[in-house]
Amino acid sequence: MTADTLLPALTATVRGAVHPVPGPCPCGTKDTVLADRDDGTVVRHGDIVAKAHAPDAAPAELAARLSVAAELPGVLLPPQAPTPVDLHGRLVTFWPYGSPVDPENPEAAPWEAAATLLARLHRTPAPHDLPPMRGPAKAARAIARLRAAGPHPATAPVLRAWGGLPPWARAEAPMPDATTLCHGDLHLGQLVRHPAPNGPWLLIDVDDLGVGAPAWDLARPAAWYACGLLPPDEWLRFLTAYQRADGPAVPATGDPWPALDVAARALTVQTAALAIAKSVAAGHPLDEVQQAVIDACDRMGTAPPELAHGFAT
Amino acid sequence: MQCPKCHAPMHTFNRNGVQIEQCSGCRGIFLDYGELEALTRLESQWQQPAPPPPAAPQAYPSAPAPAWGAPQHGGHGGHGGHYGGHHRHKSFGHMLFSS
Repeated sequence: MTADTLLPALTATVRGAVHPVPGPCPCGTKDTVLADRDDGTVVRHGDIVAKAHAPDAAPAELAARLSVAAELPGVLLPPQAPTPVDLHGRLVTFWPYGSPVDPENPEAAPWEAAATLLARLHRTPAPHDLPPMRGPAKAARAIARLRAAGPHPATAPVLRAWGGLPPWARAEAPMPDATTLCHGDLHLGQLVRHPAPNGPWLLIDVDDLGVGAPAWDLARPAAWYACGLLPPDEWLRFLTAYQRADGPAVPATGDPWPALDVAARALTVQTAALAIAKSVAAGHPLDEVQQAVIDACDRMGTAPPELAHGFAT
Repeated sequence: MQCPKCHAPMHTFNRNGVQIEQCSGCRGIFLDYGELEALTRLESQWQQPAPPPPAAPQAYPSAPAPAWGAPQHGGHGGHGGHYGGHHRHKSFGHMLFSS
């Protein structure tokens, strides 16, 4: 199925999920395309959201991830049905609609809720058939995209920082902790309130969920803070809430950086790689924020990764 | 800085050489490391004839940061860097929501 035909088919499917009786839409609500990217297309109609997963999504792995979401109410948004359906070769899942974080108002970001949900997720025993969390694989994919993007003056420091990471963070070796249940791709777009608009916050998007190093789930906010982008008070709200909820990725007190360093470096490198690749593709110069992330990669060359629990080895 | 409880702006006041942050919303008070001790010390010296010089103003205690972190870490928390309070860079806002 081509990208041109997927969206209409997915839209028809989500309408059918809301209105099982064929015919014109009785509710009169519009279809909303929430995302349309290579790695997933998401359409909302009324109270239901349909997601067509990446073309290379493995059915058994997605089913295992979906069942985790179905069995962890209060932490993950539960799907409408426990198994994906096939839509002309693409796996499709259905979800209740939840209200997202307002992208125009990051100051209102629910840092405490995000941290508490992660801590609860990390403390949940993982099912034995769950595949690895895909964070390092996504970082490696970003580096592949950078290498394919063509020459750019900022590429060298980013690849140097990547080369300084331990093999597990580059998806070249198994992760040191293969037992903890992780989200794998935490950012502010991965939280919704359900029921909308005032229900409790829940985590969404199980495509990268799996077992692995839980520090990865804290590493984006950690990287934003380290790059000088996230104010210290917001970072501390997130970190402290995670520690108060007995999250296992960092010690309950004291310096969290020995535990966070490798993953925060990896997410910084991933963010820098994607920024350069997009900048080259669009012919736009890097902006101040993107440059701050690349500058952080440059500084990593003079500071070897911190050792924590053998994570860096 | 913003109040950790209600997120309203906090204002800095100087009381006998001790910097105190008070929230403009809930009126809560934020004390940095050592400030409670400094205030206690001042209180105990209240009736003494010759109080010593006031404590030097302290910088905000900064959260630990990695060695490769941005240079503004360790400075005055909430200032410098790229976040700039309520005028957060649009590009960073976008970054918060993408993979």
